[in-house]
Amino acid sequence: MNKSVDILGVSKVFPLESGELQVLRRNDFHVESGEFVSIVGRSGCGKSTLLRIIAGLDVATTGEVRIGGRKVERPSVLTGLIFQESRLFPWLTVEQNIEFGLHRRVEKKQREKAVKRHVELVGLDGFERAFPRQLSGGMQQRVSIARALINQPNVLLLDEPFGALDALTRIHMQNEVLRIWEVERSTMVLVTHDVDEAIFLSDRILVLSDRPGGIKKVISVNVSRPRDRSGVRFMEIRREIYTEFFEAASMSIEYYV
Amino acid sequence: MRRMPQNRRLERRIRTFALGCLLPVVILASWEYLGYKGIVNRSILPRPSVIWACFVDMIASGRLKKHLLVSASRVVKGFALGGGAGLIFGILCGLSKLWNDLLSSLIGILRPIPMIAWIPILILLLGIDEGSKISLIAIGSFWPVLLNTSRGIRGIDKKLLEVGIMLEKSRFQMLTKVILPAAFPFTFTGIRLGVGNAWSCVVTAEAIAAATGIGYVIMYARELLQPDVLLVGVLSIGFVGLMLDVVLMWIEKRVLRWNEPNE
Ligand SMILES: Nc1ncnc2c1ncn2[C@@H]1O[C@H](COP(=O)(O)OP(=O)(O)OP(=O)(O)O)[C@@H](O)[C@H]1O
Ligand SMILES: [Mg+2]
Repeated sequence: MNKSVDILGVSKVFPLESGELQVLRRNDFHVESGEFVSIVGRSGCGKSTLLRIIAGLDVATTGEVRIGGRKVERPSVLTGLIFQESRLFPWLTVEQNIEFGLHRRVEKKQREKAVKRHVELVGLDGFERAFPRQLSGGMQQRVSIARALINQPNVLLLDEPFGALDALTRIHMQNEVLRIWEVERSTMVLVTHDVDEAIFLSDRILVLSDRPGGIKKVISVNVSRPRDRSGVRFMEIRREIYTEFFEAASMSIEYYV
Repeated sequence: MRRMPQNRRLERRIRTFALGCLLPVVILASWEYLGYKGIVNRSILPRPSVIWACFVDMIASGRLKKHLLVSASRVVKGFALGGGAGLIFGILCGLSKLWNDLLSSLIGILRPIPMIAWIPILILLLGIDEGSKISLIAIGSFWPVLLNTSRGIRGIDKKLLEVGIMLEKSRFQMLTKVILPAAFPFTFTGIRLGVGNAWSCVVTAEAIAAATGIGYVIMYARELLQPDVLLVGVLSIGFVGLMLDVVLMWIEKRVLRWNEPNE
């Protein structure tokens, strides 16, 4: 199945009372079917907006997105989106929240099994009957990850999913996502602030420029998995990405002085 | 060790309860004393002990129960109508701007009309029997359910809606699984206010035109100059109102378990 994602001339302008805010400028990018791509960029540069456009939740001002060659016109269960916030339903328990992600008329027996498997996957055994308010922020985020995974989407869009997790859980979840990705062969697009995370997980990393966000650099991570977080190539790539960031920072400082 | 906080909580509860009782007890005692001494006119304001005796008498004869049940059944019917309609129109107004715009001016005019002003109209339209009383109760319980439900729906977090949209939920599922549960705390506030209104409406309606019900008991006692019966009637209205709210609060605590702050 073709799970590629084509971003074709996508730009986004938000109308504001004080004029227009250009958030994304003409972006073109092709994500291979089954590829793992990360997006890094400064806060407010339009990463979430780009994901929402790919998901079909927002409409691009110009251009279009194609998934598997078909134009995205509305959200689809075949595309999963893990939001930046956990967005759980406070009136549902952990189990019920995860089950909400299941779309098809799956048989009751199978539903239960799928839910149980995903509760275990995100390490929330024992909390099945808890309400979101009884969970920590990181646990809530894990529920929302499970809710998106349970559908086995072709394309999974992740918006800083591990931001609220501690270092250990974060590494555990990164490994899980890699494992799931290797099994399901879904296409992954991950937005992250964590440069190491991007290098550890992705085939390619997109560095977006400050608003309006445009693709500033594409870095291929040609390191075989499992990756050594302190390997030489790893360090080189990390330096490369940081250079991009600092270059932009010093430029803007010069500009304002 | 684990029992310590529990003990303390119990202690605090008893303290709160005792403090709440203090003032009524003082008032009752002085009232009894003043009445006993003849300082307060007994034929206008009977002593608490006399009221109590009358209360026991009215229970024994089944009179209090009979009239309270009549009033209660009116409240149930009226609230079912008014609350049900309030829920339906609340959902419509909350979901659709069209309905909201259509109804807003009508609501704006009708809602401020005091219950007492409805009575002559309703009697004229529906006659003096059950219909007019039940309609009054229905009107009284309609507004709070309507307004709170539509407010709850309109205030829903769009971010939660997006979760449902991403998962391609049908409109029906969005309504039953996302929108209504999210609005439910508001609706429930509306229901509590509505039940309270319904209870005071029944008394109003019965006091003006009825041959049964607790409101009738009061007005009849006034005509017969039976202040003890009158006071038993008035106090039982207060007591039933309190009980209704306690029961509803208990239900709310059960149903909205997810909404509670951590204990
Ligand atoms: N619906 C909207 N209306 C107007 N402006 C918006 C809207 N959504 C986003 N923006 C603006 O677009 C810009 C980019 O937002 P976006 O959420 O995509 O940033 P981001 O790169 O995800 O940032 P972060 O890393 O902090 O999450 C911000 O300046 C934001 O104010
Ligand atoms: Mg974002």
